[in-house]
Amino acid sequence: MSEGYLLKMESISKDFYENQVLQDVNLNVKAGEIVGLVGENGAGKSTLMNILFGEETIHETGGYRGTIMFDGKERNFSTSFDALEAGIGMVHQEFVLIPGFTAVENIMLNREITKDNFVAEVFGDRMNTLDWEAMRKRTNKAIETLEINLNPNMLVKDMPVGHRQFTEIAREIDRESTKLLILDEPTAVLAESEAEIVLKVIKKLSQKGIAILFITHRLQEILDICDNIVVLRDGKIQKELKPKETSAKEIAEYMVGRELSEQVSGDKKARKFKETVLKVEDLWVDMPGEQVNGVSFEVKKGEIFGIGGLTGQGKLGIANGIMGLYPSEGTVLFNGKELELNNPKNALKNGLAFVSEDRRGLGLLLDQPLSWNVAFTVMQVKEQFIQKHLGGLIKWRDDRAIAELTREYIDKLDIKCVSEKQFVRELSGGNQQKVCLAKAFAQNPELLFVSEPTRGIDVGAKRLVLDTLRQYNEEYGVTIVISSSELEELRAISDRIAIVNEGQIAGILPPSAKPANFGLLMLGKSELEEGA
Amino acid sequence: MKKKIRGIISSIGVPRLLIGLFLIALFVIAPFVDVRVDTSINDVIARFGMNAVLVLSLVPMIKSGCGLNFGLQLGVIAGLIGAVTSLELKLTGFAGFFAAIGIAIFFAIIFGWLYGLLLNRVKGDEMVVATYVGFSSVSFMSIMWLILPYKSPDMVWAYGGSGLRTTISTEGYWFHVLNDFLKIELGTHITIPTGTLLFFGLLTFIIWAFFRTKSGTAMEAVGSNPEYARSCGINVDRVRIVSVIMSTIFAAIGIIVYEQSFGFIQLYNAPLLMSFPAIAALLLGGASVTKVKIWNVVVGTLLFQGILTMTPSVINNIIKSDMSETIRIIISNGMIIYALTRRMKVRS
Repeated sequence: MSEGYLLKMESISKDFYENQVLQDVNLNVKAGEIVGLVGENGAGKSTLMNILFGEETIHETGGYRGTIMFDGKERNFSTSFDALEAGIGMVHQEFVLIPGFTAVENIMLNREITKDNFVAEVFGDRMNTLDWEAMRKRTNKAIETLEINLNPNMLVKDMPVGHRQFTEIAREIDRESTKLLILDEPTAVLAESEAEIVLKVIKKLSQKGIAILFITHRLQEILDICDNIVVLRDGKIQKELKPKETSAKEIAEYMVGRELSEQVSGDKKARKFKETVLKVEDLWVDMPGEQVNGVSFEVKKGEIFGIGGLTGQGKLGIANGIMGLYPSEGTVLFNGKELELNNPKNALKNGLAFVSEDRRGLGLLLDQPLSWNVAFTVMQVKEQFIQKHLGGLIKWRDDRAIAELTREYIDKLDIKCVSEKQFVRELSGGNQQKVCLAKAFAQNPELLFVSEPTRGIDVGAKRLVLDTLRQYNEEYGVTIVISSSELEELRAISDRIAIVNEGQIAGILPPSAKPANFGLLMLGKSELEEGA
Repeated sequence: MKKKIRGIISSIGVPRLLIGLFLIALFVIAPFVDVRVDTSINDVIARFGMNAVLVLSLVPMIKSGCGLNFGLQLGVIAGLIGAVTSLELKLTGFAGFFAAIGIAIFFAIIFGWLYGLLLNRVKGDEMVVATYVGFSSVSFMSIMWLILPYKSPDMVWAYGGSGLRTTISTEGYWFHVLNDFLKIELGTHITIPTGTLLFFGLLTFIIWAFFRTKSGTAMEAVGSNPEYARSCGINVDRVRIVSVIMSTIFAAIGIIVYEQSFGFIQLYNAPLLMSFPAIAALLLGGASVTKVKIWNVVVGTLLFQGILTMTPSVINNIIKSDMSETIRIIISNGMIIYALTRRMKVRS
């Protein structure tokens, strides 16, 4: 029975367009308990919280399966308002505040205290006057419980980030009915001293009997304040731990997965490479959300070089920068020759190819047939599949040759489609990704950049894509640089793996290294600090 | 069976089906209200020849993702400059016609280039900005037609002796040079303007051939997904400018073809609303804001001009009052609204 538990989530499952993001997740929280939720990007933390908080996107994409018991009743919140009413508060990762309003106005928004006046007598309650005095008092009370110094009359846009975060928290605790508070990375943007205050506040709230669900990437915080730690991976609960009986290292291990380590190192021999094909020195890339701050590395001819790291740390920026898609600076030597940066055509001409992580945005012509998608780059960059007329004055597209080439790749990569004339928009995610690969292979590249090759495609297609890449590497000796958020897949395919943290390479490890070491690098800790 | 019918309807498209049926109905009714079918057919063909090139001129900009060219007037103005200059030089026949086109192309390149630079700065809002470019350029030229130093007595105001007239006849210069080229007379009431149709065929072939070239393919890719094109090393902004220049040139040629058939060069405010019928015709033909095929031009122009020709004669004879203008406005603006709302549906 649900006795003793404030929240009981039972076998919650959710898929987005056939892509399973949560599978049979059970989560129990008692009143006054602090539960830490950890996992890699895409592990399903946010989706789980969105389901609990009744975000509309969940219902727009087909709802979820499983039951939620909250406060002794079964619930299925269809909007966030229902969740708020029931006593669930949420502090979002991105601030949900109105910048031009003061702290008071933000905290009291839609819960304003009002006085009657004569207009309201006629037109109803919506015409009541605001009782500023009472509202300020309430706000001050909420701020006092936080034991912080926050000016209630300051505009949110003038506040330092820390104070904005406090305003959000104050808003949630001001609701008298709040019984459960979800905090989605509340300390991510805060300085250490500010983060400490937040942690203190969280503890205080829990002592008052409010249950807390706490999401963070800072493992130490979890160890410090949580009563219970839940590790999510690939949409499943990996492990439930008690902070006293575990360590940051063990949590990291569960986060990135341990069973696979044996399997990976077992079936793959370490390969040896001599020649350097790509040498990157002090590369800076200005890619929004994936900034690269001076990375240097070498890639050997014929190897598969993996780049891993958490989202937003810059692993995707590296390939995008070298391919000239985002402004970049630094030196890139390809086959010993310096490669001109910020020039996509030049990169392609020199024998580099790129399978973008932004498949639908940048990788495909969705409203054009497969054949165009496969052949377009080759045609534009290398002038293949072109019939020349009038002494090269007229360059006509050779549709027949293009169709032949496309059919060849449809067979080779087993792309499921009606014919090469079908529009790419109509294909499934996995098959679209195969079209992207075909486009890259058709260029006969010497070096291939692949970013997030398995993002958003189902498990079977994942395997196929990875196998195709490896096969291509082995048969043609093409060097591959693969960036991915999924460490498992990097370990399965790469010869060496670089982990990027805060725009820089935190370390390069062989795939056989312990998962925990990868996990620590991702979180910005080098192996030396292991004990901390 | 039901499925099959639905399939046929959706492949033709509901708007084309309705307008097509309406047009057939008009032709059926025509003899009963004393409207001759053969003269009607003759009119439809003649007007098709007059307008088809203007409609065709919209194609490059749609293909490159610049949307419907609501600034078509800019090309028309380049064409008008070419036409009056050719008259000023007293060139007649084919020499005059091609001189007009040559001069018009020169101006169209300059106008199109500047127009393209502007449109590159307002990506996403091309159509709104283009509308104002079209309107303001017409107003600007209204001043210029008065000031420019044209002297030919056939063109300037009889009193005062300076400033161009609102309507200038091409009679005696290059009136009907294309229409009469290899013309075929079927009976007494139908004349097929072979030259005009052949000329349209030639321009259509040029457009079709261009979109089979490497550059044409690149242009279509830019329209489909500019980010994709950029990642393939294509200079997106330059391709867009080229498409705008092409559209402007074809609009300039289009108006000259129109004038040789119509017999008059109309200046001042006449080009003001030129873009709407052309755009409506193309949309009626099955094009959308982002997708267009050559056959959309042919089908659309035929249907649209068919309605324009038939409604005044047939409907007016039935209800005994002038409805033609009302129907024209309802159809052309209705088509534009229909196409714009359809685009929004796809996006969301």
